[in-house]
Amino acid sequence: MSAIGGGDSGPGGDRRLVICHLYPEYLNIYADRGNIAVLSRRAAWRGIAVEVRSIGLGEDVPVGEVDLLYVGGGQDREQALVAPDIAGKADQLRAALADGTVLLAVCGGYQLLGRSYRDQAGAELPGAGILPLHTVAGPRRLIGDVLLDCELDPGDRHTVAGFENHAGRTLLDPGAEPFGRLVAGFGNDGESGFEGCRLGRALGTYLHGPLLPRNPWLADWLLVQALARRETAVPVLAPLADTFEHEAHAVAAQRARDRGGRS
Amino acid sequence: MRLATEITLARAVGALSRRTGRGGGTTLPGKLLLRLDDAALSALALRLPEGAIVVSATNGKTTTCALAARVLGEGRTLAHNGAGANLLSGVAATLLAAHRADMALLEVDEAALPEVVRRVAPRVLALGNLFRDQLDRYGELESLAEAWRAAVAGLPASTRLVVNADDPMLGALALDRSGTVTYGVDDPAQARPSLQHAADSKYCIRCGAPYDYAAAYVGHLGDYRCPRCGHARPALTVAARSIALDGLAATAFDLVTPDGSCRVTLPLPGLYNVYNAVAAAALCHALGVPLAAIARGLEGAEPAWGRFERIAVDGKTVVLLLVKNPAGANEAVRTLLAGATPPRLALVALNDAVADGRDVSWIWDVDYEPLLAGLERVVASGGRAAELGLRFRYGGLDDAAIEVIPDLEQALDRALALTPAGGELVILPTYTAMLALRRVIAGRGHVRNFWDAA
Repeated sequence: MSAIGGGDSGPGGDRRLVICHLYPEYLNIYADRGNIAVLSRRAAWRGIAVEVRSIGLGEDVPVGEVDLLYVGGGQDREQALVAPDIAGKADQLRAALADGTVLLAVCGGYQLLGRSYRDQAGAELPGAGILPLHTVAGPRRLIGDVLLDCELDPGDRHTVAGFENHAGRTLLDPGAEPFGRLVAGFGNDGESGFEGCRLGRALGTYLHGPLLPRNPWLADWLLVQALARRETAVPVLAPLADTFEHEAHAVAAQRARDRGGRS
Repeated sequence: MRLATEITLARAVGALSRRTGRGGGTTLPGKLLLRLDDAALSALALRLPEGAIVVSATNGKTTTCALAARVLGEGRTLAHNGAGANLLSGVAATLLAAHRADMALLEVDEAALPEVVRRVAPRVLALGNLFRDQLDRYGELESLAEAWRAAVAGLPASTRLVVNADDPMLGALALDRSGTVTYGVDDPAQARPSLQHAADSKYCIRCGAPYDYAAAYVGHLGDYRCPRCGHARPALTVAARSIALDGLAATAFDLVTPDGSCRVTLPLPGLYNVYNAVAAAALCHALGVPLAAIARGLEGAEPAWGRFERIAVDGKTVVLLLVKNPAGANEAVRTLLAGATPPRLALVALNDAVADGRDVSWIWDVDYEPLLAGLERVVASGGRAAELGLRFRYGGLDDAAIEVIPDLEQALDRALALTPAGGELVILPTYTAMLALRRVIAGRGHVRNFWDAA
């Protein structure tokens, strides 16, 4: 898979980040490389050197080196091809999270990080068991624009606008923290009123579009969390103008209010 | 009601729709007919002395049909839905409107294909390619492929199947049905150095191992072989060899068929149009058309509307390239860059109506970067203009080079103002954005309405 805008950013100051993209050759259906491009560019614009590495089938997660792990979405066929591999990486992923690595998983990647996925025929696909949830295929796909209300840090509320397209109904374990509350859209299971899952510095969500370009606050939140693994002081990022970002967010948010959660 | 009465009534509705300015009447009569009589479509198809030809693909079906119409229209009256009404209702309307047609040539939407094929029982079914496209509407590629496999399995013995063997999913259909006509490209000199990001069927449809490509031409189309189980491209009945691409003007290739070969100069640019031409040639070959007549038809081709269509506007030329999914957009970009002077200005328009796909994430799967490298200015327009602005910003274009103007008419005026006198303005719109832009241009008297032009 080729990167958008060159991928790695040039040498910056002494701040640096290592991003690992899991299975980019298999899980890339909802323009996942757009999320990688946003993280790389927004870091580079702040003078942070970024290295993006691909982790394929059978390759190890570089625990101790990686600051941010990304897992994207795939079609059923590709997802089934990587499921046994990601289940086998569970210990490495757990070790990375314990080391302070940030994790973002979208759509299929979100499902794969749960304990299991049961398809329409009743067959159970094992997951990595990192996030406290499991997923069961539903009778029809949940497709449409979504708007979320998120509060990842107490008192710091933001909206997230995206698009969802999934057959899976994801059920969080009792007490598990969702990523956001639905303003419009179907979310995890079409019933709970919640979307995604958050476990410390790990986020799982169905939202693509891709997720980060029109939700720049979230991209920056992830970067700050990732920098915190290396930096002793609380990391600070210089603000950016984000004119197109806010315009795109406003349009997408309105779409969700007008037509989200209906099919 | 009798079929004759239903037909008269439905046709009157079409005429009324055009006269009252509600559109071209390209689908309404068909919708009415289907409401009146569920079996009417089959009855209409049965009346065609030379049967119906059905063509479907994610990309290229309109151009393939336009090329085939050039060949098959010689000495025949065709019922052809050239205005793009390719759902069940559009097919019904086309068959209704065609008085005394000898043969129907029907472009059919990928999702509508199984239903159309079941009702029409085509004489030839030509399948071009399957790429990821509008996942919000079509669902996953694999479920569409499964629906196509089932439709092919249910074909009557009388239907001749024509498939693009370079697409692994379609090539496999040929192996299961004897008498299938296969076509493809056979020219390693035109191969891409690697599979594109938008390639979809990279893994063996039988065993899941990654294919080895001797040559990858457009997306995942090419000469593939699975190193594990041996599933490979079947032998080609009709092939394009020794291809020469002549920038934005034309292509030339050796058309190789069981009846012999000949050099064809196609007045359409880009390798993807070679695929469309060889598809049209293969379906005409399946109908028994002589090679000379096929070559003559292809050489007389004109662009289908919105496909590299050139329109003169106020001493400038507008070049319209419909772009609706990553694979098609990549080919548009590749072809634009093959021209003598790659564009320095472009108008890109992104809408998100149902016909465009409500999910706009696909723009991030397009390899715009080679085009951006040469652009001094890009005007982003349509309902989701700002998303395009983001795509170009994160693709490395300077913010000052990007103008976001959601209103299509204002964006067109701005882009035309930026175009030097005598110059060309390249426009890359999605489907409904293209309709709207054509309407604006037509309103200024520069182009006919699409239902007349087709």
